[in-house]
Amino acid sequence: MISESTKARFAKEVAKYPADQKQSAVMACLAIVQQELGYVSTDSEAVVAEYLGMAPMAVHEVTTFYNMYNQRPVGKYKLNVCTNLPCQLRDGVSTLKYLESKLGISMGQTTADGMFTLQQSECLGACADSPVMLVNDRSMCSFMTPEKLDQLVDGLRAAGDK
Amino acid sequence: MTAQHILSQFRATGVQTCFHNRHINPQILAGLDGSNWRLKDYEARGGYQALRKVLGIGGGEAMTQDQVIATVKESALRGRGGAGFPTGLKWSFMPRQFPGQKYLVCNSDEGEPGTCKDRDIMEFNPHIVIEGMAIAAFAMGITVGYNYIHGEIFSTYDRFEEALEEARAAGLLGNNILGSNFSFQLHAAHGFGAYICGEETALLESLEGKKGQPRFKPPFPASFGLYGKPTTINNTETFAAVPWIIRNGGQAYLECGKPNNGGTKIYSVSGDVEMPGNFEVPMGTPFSKLLELAGGVRAGRQLKAVIPGGSSSPILPASIMMDCTMDYDSIAKAGSMLGSGAVIVLDDSRCMVKSLQRLSYFYMHESCGQCTPCREGTGWLSRVVDRIENGHGRPADMDLLDSVAEDIQGRTICALGDAAAMPVRAMIKHFRHEFEYHVEHKTCMVPAYV
Repeated sequence: MISESTKARFAKEVAKYPADQKQSAVMACLAIVQQELGYVSTDSEAVVAEYLGMAPMAVHEVTTFYNMYNQRPVGKYKLNVCTNLPCQLRDGVSTLKYLESKLGISMGQTTADGMFTLQQSECLGACADSPVMLVNDRSMCSFMTPEKLDQLVDGLRAAGDK
Repeated sequence: MTAQHILSQFRATGVQTCFHNRHINPQILAGLDGSNWRLKDYEARGGYQALRKVLGIGGGEAMTQDQVIATVKESALRGRGGAGFPTGLKWSFMPRQFPGQKYLVCNSDEGEPGTCKDRDIMEFNPHIVIEGMAIAAFAMGITVGYNYIHGEIFSTYDRFEEALEEARAAGLLGNNILGSNFSFQLHAAHGFGAYICGEETALLESLEGKKGQPRFKPPFPASFGLYGKPTTINNTETFAAVPWIIRNGGQAYLECGKPNNGGTKIYSVSGDVEMPGNFEVPMGTPFSKLLELAGGVRAGRQLKAVIPGGSSSPILPASIMMDCTMDYDSIAKAGSMLGSGAVIVLDDSRCMVKSLQRLSYFYMHESCGQCTPCREGTGWLSRVVDRIENGHGRPADMDLLDSVAEDIQGRTICALGDAAAMPVRAMIKHFRHEFEYHVEHKTCMVPAYV
């Protein structure tokens, strides 16, 4: 089931496209699902498919093609550190390593308390801000020195559910 | 503090990368400070005057579609997304009399490593893109447009949506714009992590709600684009250049740059410089000047090499680069491409094998898998560079890399295959000795790489 508020968000996306091209909203609808539920499950894909009049497999193709969709649950905060060449030249890799050691996990893993998932990412399109990190798909964090990483990780831990 | 508040502390302000007063005669980034992105600020800077001029509102005769296209042709504006195709010529390909729906698409899927200019344009001056798109739509008789924005810059997408709302509320978008008989509906869409969607036909597939796999060309988007309808696609910065051209004339824009390379260009300078950022300078500015604007090579080191136009463009050694001017023709003559204008600077402490290793991994990761030479070839390139870097290289590997790259180039539906192959071939051509040293000594020629 999708809530009325989610449906309203879906409708806003669908309205951007011609009436016979509702499928165009699939990227946005899946992103909304992910923001609300943390990941895109097969059940969610089926809901989106029904809403947009698509085959579930066509929705699944989209979920699996684009890097940012989580196909399984992730931590409360997904941290994506760019390590592509422009960032590699400006501490991108050491930023990733710093977080691995601070969080006690390797990239691709989630902390035992379910708070953080750490991932390496491809170009975030913020090369001059390196080191850069994207948090939960929507918050780009720039110039992430170790001090700022401490501030961010410790701050999010302290914030709890706020 | 709430989580949202904590995260917002780290949001880029643009102070270091954009509002540094180290542009030269800027047009798109002129007068910005990070807080003045709204409609009223843009209008105070002369915004939407070009659209008014085109529509003949507030004195003066309206321009014809042909006059707008002729002005853009005269300006020698070339596509800022990477291909450098003449914009006015592209606009003239649109079959204006086509009776059905036609579409205008802005390619803001900025994911070419090194490129971060469209983000700053949309974040700090979104209305300039809206105005440029509206003028383009008018010139080509288009009534519906989409701006497809890189999914990773979601806050910029949100801001662009906000700017669209402002423009609609002010009658600058929608039906009968400013009381004229011109109507244009513009919407924002976002990607969600796929480099390939920067390729225009992959972008169209994505906009249709599918996997972003490029289409065969022909047919070109001008005849068979979004939903199979005639479509014109330009880059964000290209649209952003249009208002200035309309206000000041094509000749004036051309004169800002150099022949065949009109106007200013925003270069994203990253890597080993003191002050990375975006720099808007006239086309034809010497590379040495651009390097100086970015504070020079970091920590007083020597310049080793430059990737002049995004990660896909062939790398050029310092000696060649220092003689180049930053424009399409000069960089092409030197054997590379101006591309998106993303200048990645490498200093003399950098190992070329390690640098290529990261790029080759990227292309393997982002190949859409549709064409065998690219899907398989990018894997080969990545694995062979990996083994050289890890001390397991073989003497024949350099020739193997070159041959795999050659077998990809020109044999795929889209340019990602070429984009993966070109950096490899250029690295082997200019820095073969470093690869050979790696194979022989199982270690880097240069000191430890950070």
